[in-house]
Amino acid sequence: MHFNILKHELVPYFKVLSREEVEKLLSVYGISKGDLPKMVVTDPVSRAIGTREGDVVKIVRRSRTAGESVAYRLIVGTGMGDIRTLESDEED
Amino acid sequence: MRTNAPKKIDSIQFGLLSPEKIRKMSATRIITPDTYDEDGFPIEMGLMDPRLGVIEPGLRCKTCGQRVGRDGCPGHFGHIELAMPVIHVGYVKTILGILRATCRSCGHLQVDEKQKRALRRRYKSLKDSGQGTSGFAKEVISLARKSKKCPYCGRVNKNIELDKPTTFREEGHKMTPAEVREWLEKVSATEEDDLYLFGINPDVARPEWMVLTVLPVSPVTTRPSITLQTGERSEDDLTHKLVDTIRINQRLQENRDAGAPQLIVEDLWELIQYHITTYFDNQTAGIPPARHRSGRALKTLAQRLKGKEGRFRSNLSGKRVNFSARTVISPDPNLSINEVGVPIEMARELTVKVRVTPYNMEEVKELVMRGPVPLPPKGKVYLPGVNYIIRPDGRRIKVTDENAETATERVEVGAVVEKQLDDGDIVLFNRQPSLHRMSMMAHKVRVLPYKTFRMNLAVCPPYNADFDGDEMNLHVLQSEEAKGEAEVLMKVQENILSPRFGGVVIGAIHDHITGCFLLTYHNRVFDRDDAIRMLSAAGYHHYEVKGDMTGKEIFSIILPEGLNLDYRAQSCVNCETCRKEECPYDNYVVISDGVLEKGVIDEKSIGAFKGVILEHIGRRYGMDAARAFIDKVTKLGIAAITTTGFSTGIDDEDMPDEANMQIEEQLAKARDKIDQLIKAYNEGELEEIPGRSLEETLEMEIMRVTGRARDQMGEIAGHHLGMGNSAVIMAKSGARGSMLNLSQMAGCVGQQAVRGERIHRGYKERTLPHFKKGDLGARAKGFVSSNYKKGLNPTEYFFHSMGGREGLVDTAVRTSRSGYMQRRLINALENLKLENDGTVRTTYGDIIQFQYGEDGIDPAKSVRGEAVNIDQIVKEVL
Ligand SMILES: [Mg+2]
Ligand SMILES: [Zn+2]
Ligand SMILES: [Zn+2]
Ligand SMILES: [Zn+2]
Repeated sequence: MHFNILKHELVPYFKVLSREEVEKLLSVYGISKGDLPKMVVTDPVSRAIGTREGDVVKIVRRSRTAGESVAYRLIVGTGMGDIRTLESDEED
Repeated sequence: MRTNAPKKIDSIQFGLLSPEKIRKMSATRIITPDTYDEDGFPIEMGLMDPRLGVIEPGLRCKTCGQRVGRDGCPGHFGHIELAMPVIHVGYVKTILGILRATCRSCGHLQVDEKQKRALRRRYKSLKDSGQGTSGFAKEVISLARKSKKCPYCGRVNKNIELDKPTTFREEGHKMTPAEVREWLEKVSATEEDDLYLFGINPDVARPEWMVLTVLPVSPVTTRPSITLQTGERSEDDLTHKLVDTIRINQRLQENRDAGAPQLIVEDLWELIQYHITTYFDNQTAGIPPARHRSGRALKTLAQRLKGKEGRFRSNLSGKRVNFSARTVISPDPNLSINEVGVPIEMARELTVKVRVTPYNMEEVKELVMRGPVPLPPKGKVYLPGVNYIIRPDGRRIKVTDENAETATERVEVGAVVEKQLDDGDIVLFNRQPSLHRMSMMAHKVRVLPYKTFRMNLAVCPPYNADFDGDEMNLHVLQSEEAKGEAEVLMKVQENILSPRFGGVVIGAIHDHITGCFLLTYHNRVFDRDDAIRMLSAAGYHHYEVKGDMTGKEIFSIILPEGLNLDYRAQSCVNCETCRKEECPYDNYVVISDGVLEKGVIDEKSIGAFKGVILEHIGRRYGMDAARAFIDKVTKLGIAAITTTGFSTGIDDEDMPDEANMQIEEQLAKARDKIDQLIKAYNEGELEEIPGRSLEETLEMEIMRVTGRARDQMGEIAGHHLGMGNSAVIMAKSGARGSMLNLSQMAGCVGQQAVRGERIHRGYKERTLPHFKKGDLGARAKGFVSSNYKKGLNPTEYFFHSMGGREGLVDTAVRTSRSGYMQRRLINALENLKLENDGTVRTTYGDIIQFQYGEDGIDPAKSVRGEAVNIDQIVKEVL
């Protein structure tokens, strides 16, 4: 059975940012990518929306105090990654 | 040479000491286990060799030629050449990982070329994206461990086990440290460029250095010997441990050189391993701690650093400080909440630095002229003097009565004078445990006679202080910067509104509340004299009182103009539909334009955690107004309670015979109900609650009956003890105690419980021998039908103690556990900072929140957690 987790009420809105949007985000906060909060590629949501390492996602959550709150996360590999994905990396 | 030039630390590099490095930094090799000769001189090449530094003042170090002390010799390392290599306990885990991940014969990491390339790239990308690489090594090792056969030389990998604490076994066969070292050397040679995959930086560390061949001997300054009065010398624990090490090392060397049997050599080898292991950490799991002759466990290197009493927590993160004081606290309602009373004796000792400038020269000279114990002017008890003058060159001159005059001439621009504490100086006041930021607030000093710190009662709640012997600490601020910061951020009045829930934490307590309640309850009328006296006490000395005044009129005088509020009072009875302004019990407070029109003032209005009026004044009129109001309302409350008179005693729990009869009746009914339930249970007629067994159902039903019985007692008590009863007044107004307390004193104490159930434990099939086996009745299972006033019978008393004991144990367990939880939470959050752009970041600049708390609201400025209170704003605008 396939279940679309993105439709679940507890899963906030996710969107992968374009290169320009990332540039802008980094300059607004005066930070480098590494300073962003992180999320692993293997995260169920990462998989569902199809992210790659190095992507930045925008997250819009419903907030009890602020109505809506926006956060960003950098997509990173897991500790050392899946060795099989590493090998397939090498091929391309 | 030592200089005071400030230096900025760019980075700190951690690494391992190589044997060569240890020898190179060593001032001397240590060969004899003896310390001093018969004449008390240190033995050359012994553990107290003068080349390792000196501990007696005046002696000169043989290495650097300097004396101990401020600018002198810091001490120098020595070294011991070990006869056989020894595992360093601190690195067994790392060694184990490397052994498991590499080949014993060729030293290769057990992954093929392709995987290795992938690992290298993985490492690089982790580094580049700024992520930690700490978990990486672990995963490399677990990957390499899976390999059955060496991909390079084909050797079949064997299982490596660690036999705690320091023995490695290959397929159960013991490896000597020498063999381990040999293996690690191989790894070091073949994997030189890839050592980082194990988490080792090859520039500063090599795997084989984790097996010691040379042991550094710490400078004597780190392990000074102490001379007892008897002239006997007592050596430091570290020295003892080093003596043992050298002694065994010597024997090991002799035996090995003499070609002694393998068994003897191995025994000595293990012994020296034990000594060196305990030298590093005497609490290593798996081996008995080394002990002093007296049986006390030795304090070795790890013990000096670790834990609450260790170097970090007790000397680096926190230390003993100057300009601080501690004594018992006691109340003083005449002080403002911003003040603290300091005993004269303390004020004379605690000082503030005053820098001499051309502008304050004369003032300071006059100050110094007074000497250290000036005579206070008539009508005063204290006048601050001066203890020390610090001249521009840093020399300190003690000011005495005799030299005050000559010292005055020494006062020059650039000098600093240490002036005794004076009224108005700003200090920090603190009570442990410091659980929130209000546990440490800034107060203004009032120097007073007697020996305790004095404080206003309204600041007891944030400190959680009472006066049953509590002590508090005081810190005198020294720099202008600190004083300014404390004044703006830490002063008591700035902390009236708590960041915890956006309400007040400072306010009226106990008698203040009872007083204001009595003042406003039933809108009592006070004659002119009483009104004048109360207003005068609250600071309105010249208020013109024309005639009799009602309590509400009096209270209105201290309310600021333009204040509009309405809310339910604490004593609100929660009617089904609140009739608001028309409340028949006068429990709905209406204040319009600073006049208390309706309602009674109680905890909800002015109390320390609920005070709606305080909260509103703080937000609308500012903290100065809030402080002034708290000062006034507490004084007015006390004046009111003194005027009306108020006392409580055991007779407040007296109830008319009629009430006692009703209670007996209800108790009998409850007992009957329980007997019926038990009978139904015995006859199998009790109906099970879904999901519960029959026994559980019975217990639940009985608990419900006993619970209801106690509530009914409360109702009966409440009915017969009206508002003419002092205890009821206190409970209803929120000043102290509750109706439950009261009904337990006057009605019945109720069911005692352990772990949320009726009491079952004790003898076989019964709780106490007073009851029949299998008795499930109320009395036999801990129902206390007596009340505190009448007293409990022996079985009730016993059950009550059981319930009470559980309460005590719970609190003890809870405090220790929550304390540790809080410590971990604080350690995790202490470095976070709210930046000017509204983000929350770590000190490294990593973003934690893009907008503080998602909404960017300062909870201290919020209205009980909400950004704005729309209702209130609408009311004020209309
Ligand atoms: Mg106490
Ligand atoms: Zn020296
Ligand atoms: Zn091999
Ligand atoms: Zn009401």
